[in-house]
Amino acid sequence: MGFLIERNLYIPSIDAWIDPPEPRPRAIITHGHADHARSGHGAVLATPDTVEIMKVRYGEDCAGQFQKLDFGVPLEINGTTVTFFPAGHILGSAQVLIEAQGQRVVVTGDYKRLPDRTAQPFEPVACDLLITEATFGLPVFQHPDPKDEIARLLKSVAAQPERSHLVGSYALGKAQRVIALLRDAGWDKPIYLHGAMIRLCELYESLGVDLGELVPATGMPKPAMAGQIVIAPPSAIRDRWSRRFPDPVVCQASGWMSVKQRARQALVELPLVISDHCDWGELNTSILESGAETVWVTHGREDALVYWCKQQGLNAEPLALPGLDDDGGEGGE
Amino acid sequence: MKRFAELLELLALTPSRLRKLEALRRYFSEVPDPDRGIALAVLTGELDVRNVKPALLRDTVLAEVDETLFRLSYDYVGDLGETIALIWPHKAEGELLGLSELVDLLNHTSKAELPKVIGGLLSQAAIHERWALVKLATGALRIGVSARLAKTALAEMSGIDLQEIEEVWHGLKPPYTNLFAWLEGKAPRPDIDHAARFHPLMLSNPIEDKDFEKFDPRDFSAEWKWDGIRVQIVMGKDGVSMFSRTGDDIGASFPDVVDNVLGQAVLDGELLVGHDFDAKSFNDLQQRLNRKVAQGKQMQDLPAFVRVYDMLFDGDEDIRALGWEGRRARLEAWFDKNPQTRLDLSEILPFGSWDDLGKLRQRGADEHGHEGVMIKLRTAPYVPGRPKGFWYKWKRDPNVVDAVLMYAQRGHGKRSSYYSDYTFGVWKGNEIVPIGKAYFGFTDEELKQLDKWIRANTTGSFGPVREVKKELVFEVAFDSAQKSGRHKSGVALRFPRINRIRWDKPAQEAARLEDMDAFVG
Repeated sequence: MGFLIERNLYIPSIDAWIDPPEPRPRAIITHGHADHARSGHGAVLATPDTVEIMKVRYGEDCAGQFQKLDFGVPLEINGTTVTFFPAGHILGSAQVLIEAQGQRVVVTGDYKRLPDRTAQPFEPVACDLLITEATFGLPVFQHPDPKDEIARLLKSVAAQPERSHLVGSYALGKAQRVIALLRDAGWDKPIYLHGAMIRLCELYESLGVDLGELVPATGMPKPAMAGQIVIAPPSAIRDRWSRRFPDPVVCQASGWMSVKQRARQALVELPLVISDHCDWGELNTSILESGAETVWVTHGREDALVYWCKQQGLNAEPLALPGLDDDGGEGGE
Repeated sequence: MKRFAELLELLALTPSRLRKLEALRRYFSEVPDPDRGIALAVLTGELDVRNVKPALLRDTVLAEVDETLFRLSYDYVGDLGETIALIWPHKAEGELLGLSELVDLLNHTSKAELPKVIGGLLSQAAIHERWALVKLATGALRIGVSARLAKTALAEMSGIDLQEIEEVWHGLKPPYTNLFAWLEGKAPRPDIDHAARFHPLMLSNPIEDKDFEKFDPRDFSAEWKWDGIRVQIVMGKDGVSMFSRTGDDIGASFPDVVDNVLGQAVLDGELLVGHDFDAKSFNDLQQRLNRKVAQGKQMQDLPAFVRVYDMLFDGDEDIRALGWEGRRARLEAWFDKNPQTRLDLSEILPFGSWDDLGKLRQRGADEHGHEGVMIKLRTAPYVPGRPKGFWYKWKRDPNVVDAVLMYAQRGHGKRSSYYSDYTFGVWKGNEIVPIGKAYFGFTDEELKQLDKWIRANTTGSFGPVREVKKELVFEVAFDSAQKSGRHKSGVALRFPRINRIRWDKPAQEAARLEDMDAFVG
């Protein structure tokens, strides 16, 4: 049976690509992370939030033209219908449903199912062909409740009031989620930001995500940072930038942090297992819920998930998409 | 169990030794008996959960998890224990038992029942606890904590000297209730069997130039400084043990020594290898050290012996309060009564003045590769630790070589934002080949300058390692050089450190590989 979409995520009937790594005349973008959203496309179709994120990151003119499409609103082009459903990964992140000739194809993009007030909550979508990510596609990944992880962070802050806690988080999505989780756990002091975080946090706030008082960390006197929480990109927390803080506790918020050997290699003292992707169980649930008979797996540890799908009697194969970060970078940030 | 899991995680991930000690202190003073004793046994490697082996854990998991998925996961995680902890698919209500109850349960469950019991425990454990549970059950901690660190925490917590704790340690058993009672001042020092225990060693201080002016050579005795490992042989009524300087029992690796000694005593000496008491290099000894159990062929090619230089107990009489001369006389008399094939006496070097000894030391280094000489006060009692004024080491002058910085790697802990581990090399024709790695010998200020230079002169990076322009010269000091198959240069340095940074010296003037031949003994 032929599918509406090709294995490189090209949709011939509407001459459009999903998350293409090279500039294309027409692109559908699932979300704003750099391994999905690139600059230089002719026309971009994305959710309103994703369009704003792309403009902030790459500039107003990073694509020839933008078309915004709200969640749940079908858009028909030459007999093919495109609809966005929330993916729950970051603000504006979408799954793409493509329908034509009675066939339904869903491209999940990156997604998660745990509650997160900084992203529109995931909705399952029924389909015939599911193209799913597999960033954490191994049964060793069982994400804990992020509230418990934040509680561990706050406990550490309380126990070591003379030190700064530096939380390594990707600038788009993870940083805002960590801040929101801290606020919801009752942390109402200012949260300090590395310069790379500031614009995106401002954007989230302008799009209606309340993050509380945020202060640039650069330029603060060292003693004032004792007992404070600082959010910074993972690359900065162990580098020269971190020397301005009093005896910092290096923390990192990432799904990879469940593997202690990895945390040790990365010199992380307090690993926080907070992921913006599905864990193994959620991937399994999502595949079964979709009702898809065929599953294409991409982005990560495809082998295990393809093997599991076949055990469930599904047609499954890995997609080797070019230009994707295979390891270590969650969401390619 | 929750508390213990938190402790293990903190110990595994905290780079700072001080913080590890603080966490251990807090744990031992806040957690009651017998749990804290079991934790101590786990940390010191003394706990043996007999029936739980990695293979049994693996089979338990494979009964619940698809084998292919397990294999793919293990490939990814790389550590069997951690894979098991992360992949366990079931959750159950209830809290885990306390540490000591858990160990009891595991030790009193029959082999046939164990998989079911372990499965139940894994289900009950929260995700952070599972990791600790697997570590506990298999005994393979690998979290960067030594038994000595745990004992140091006990010393700090109680104010009792580490030496004293080590002295009783080998007579104690988990859960160490009597030890903790003593540490907390609630009971006297545990009374333990004399013969089987380790007695902490007496160590030396480096001698300084000004000492020679103060000291009268007639008050001192001298011996060669042997290049082996320091051991204590405890020869009791019921058997012979051999301990390393930290109190680890290493007798099993050297049956050729412990099975072939005669008499009763506690002796202090240097473990060496070679035929007829002719000591081979440290490199040769290392081949035997790396084996847990000795092999016949190795014992034939590299027979071990101990060069004895002191005596702590003569029979079962404690003679540590005697002066060195008195102990030496007892030791010589003991050797006369108990002829030995695997023990010999360290010879006394005759000298009239410090100049004489200096010449002897130089000759010993040049002709026999001796590390230096030991100088001992004739009246000194045997005092554990590093007392001042009694024993001195006078090492031969270090060798130095000018080498070129090749790669730099980030350090750990406080230094994790600095490039502080350096690989350097010497010229081989037109290329530079690595001869060693060093991460100390410079000041904090120099470290900052080096870090800056490295960042400005990087030519490539591989993960945490940066390759730099081959332009900066280090004067590297080292104790000796050996042939090595591991380095491309074929040479490896023993105990290298950065002596000086030669900002002024052009790389072309650094040493050549041929120059190293002179150092390879």
